[in-house]
Amino acid sequence: MDANLLYVVSGSVLFGISAGVLGCFAFLRKRALMGDALAHAALPGVCLAYLLTGGMKHPLLFIVGAAASGLLGSFALNTITRRSRIKEDAAIGLVLSVFFGVGIMLLTYIQHQPLGNQSGLDKFLFGQAASLIGRDIYLFGSLALVVLIAMVLAYKELKVIAFDPGFATGIGVPIGWMDTFLTVLIVLVVVAGLQAVGVVLMAAMVITPAAAARQWTDRLTRMLGLAGLFGATAGAVGAVTSALAPRMPTGPWIVIAITAIFAVSIAFAPRHGMLPRWWRHARNATRINRENILKTLYRLREDQPALTPTIDLLRRYRHLSVGRALRLLQQLARMRLVEQGGRPEEWQLTPNGIRAAESLVRRHRLWEVYLTQYLQLGKGQVHADAEEIEHVLTPELEVELEALLHRPRLDPHARPIPYERGGA
Amino acid sequence: MSAAITIRDLTVAYHHRPVLWDINSTLPASQLIGIVGPNGAGKSTLIKAIMGLVPLASGEIRIVGEPLDRQRHLLGYVPQRGSVDWDFPTDAFDVVLMGRYGKLPLFRRVGQKDRRVAMECLDKLGMAAFAHRQISQLSGGQQQRVFLARALAQDAQIYLMDEPFAGVDAATEQAIIILLRELKAAGKTIVVVHHDLQTVPDYFEWVALLNLRLVAAGPMREVFRGEQLRATYGGRLNLLTAIGEEMVK
Repeated sequence: MDANLLYVVSGSVLFGISAGVLGCFAFLRKRALMGDALAHAALPGVCLAYLLTGGMKHPLLFIVGAAASGLLGSFALNTITRRSRIKEDAAIGLVLSVFFGVGIMLLTYIQHQPLGNQSGLDKFLFGQAASLIGRDIYLFGSLALVVLIAMVLAYKELKVIAFDPGFATGIGVPIGWMDTFLTVLIVLVVVAGLQAVGVVLMAAMVITPAAAARQWTDRLTRMLGLAGLFGATAGAVGAVTSALAPRMPTGPWIVIAITAIFAVSIAFAPRHGMLPRWWRHARNATRINRENILKTLYRLREDQPALTPTIDLLRRYRHLSVGRALRLLQQLARMRLVEQGGRPEEWQLTPNGIRAAESLVRRHRLWEVYLTQYLQLGKGQVHADAEEIEHVLTPELEVELEALLHRPRLDPHARPIPYERGGA
Repeated sequence: MSAAITIRDLTVAYHHRPVLWDINSTLPASQLIGIVGPNGAGKSTLIKAIMGLVPLASGEIRIVGEPLDRQRHLLGYVPQRGSVDWDFPTDAFDVVLMGRYGKLPLFRRVGQKDRRVAMECLDKLGMAAFAHRQISQLSGGQQQRVFLARALAQDAQIYLMDEPFAGVDAATEQAIIILLRELKAAGKTIVVVHHDLQTVPDYFEWVALLNLRLVAAGPMREVFRGEQLRATYGGRLNLLTAIGEEMVK
């Protein structure tokens, strides 16, 4: 790896970490979009700095210019939301478009000026990490570092204002100042990422790592760590791509990388991800179907002990396709709860199956008794409710219910309630 | 009786529309105080005004004789449960720990003692077993207990609670009322915004009836009468009249 690539990668990684971590606080304070407005607001400052110094391209000038107009943007945003009836979302739209419009005007003007060395100013639009050189890295990198340190110091204040601003004020956290502090940090992060990501796509680096990290964990510290990691990864991808294709803008690549991470997170994260949730849901539905089959077999056995039910008979009571019914029965057979009868289409409960079915039927019928006795519901109304409760009633609640009702012998439909007889 | 909170000529307005008019009252120390009134009477606003969360259009509020800025450490606050997003990535213990933040200087981290106190407060509300449960996984009653534990962790002299009984299960309601009585016995002042008129006589000894203006304030038995309740609730009151009359007997 050549020395400059190392610089570029480490600068982008540092920026990615601080944008990711800061993004979490902005995200939780419900200020995620502010990053977008403040990033766009930085553009006119960059252009003005260039114009006012007659074409100097020192990074420090850009930093000062971008920070100044970013702060002006945040001041405008704040004033509009406080002093008028315009809400924050509309104010963000106003500030973003006005500042960006002015920025583009200035940029076009500069490009038509006979100033020397004007090429490359448009890299602040979409980012060009490869154009970073050693001196820039120190500046932009130390900005990112400052933001990180500030967040570590103010961790508990940022957390409490994000969770419960009213309580925070109550305990004397200066919430106005903390919000200003958060805004200034956002401006600094935007400035730090100016050359690597550009102003247009900056919001992705503030919002997306936080949104992705949230999928994986319910702890703030872990969320911060993961968002930092995701931001760093995206930063590194952008930097490397930019080194391989130096004329290619970096911002889009960084956005693609962080969005890929986000897509994987929202699809696969264990608790909150969509696929695991769908999987849990499907497994639950299958379990309920299996339990219903057990119960139906039990009911049929109650009515006609001599008969061995067939699949067709089962399907008259349960809306299941032949294939699904067969698969569920095979699952139950593997669990040794049912077995095939004399003919292949016949199925019957094993002693274990009878015990399992009894406990379901017991919960179902106890619940029916409870509803008729305690809620005075008609016995025609209680079956559907009991159909659902029987699958979720815990053993403890069942015991409580049994005691409360004095262990009734019959359900409201005069069917016996099976207590532990073990299939005898 | 010494004064916990003195309110003088208080008016609060949202967007030029007054929501509290010219309130004058002295809330006594070491009492269980109920703030009672219909929806939109400004009960929550009064609590928020005392906490310094809404700007005062006029008037002043003193906490044990001094302005709020010097007395914040005396106040413990339980906001309405619905006022925060419970999907926040944190657990019950962590929320209670926030009750200690006010005791720490800016930027200082929590220490061992704070953690111990937070755990004790959770335990006091029967929530120790749920300490590391993500807060969105708690029931409404449990979330309310977490908020109360957080207020306890503040170790305050005066507790301001905004509808702590709203939407909680019977067990939590009992746990809360027991806690309030313990706090009172320990000499604390507790100010509770309360909605359910039926339980007012059981829970409080001192009541402020509010409906934009202060209708009446004083010891339970003197204030909680039919005519004053009618003034508070604008005549929309039948069963409640009966309860009030019962109280006077």
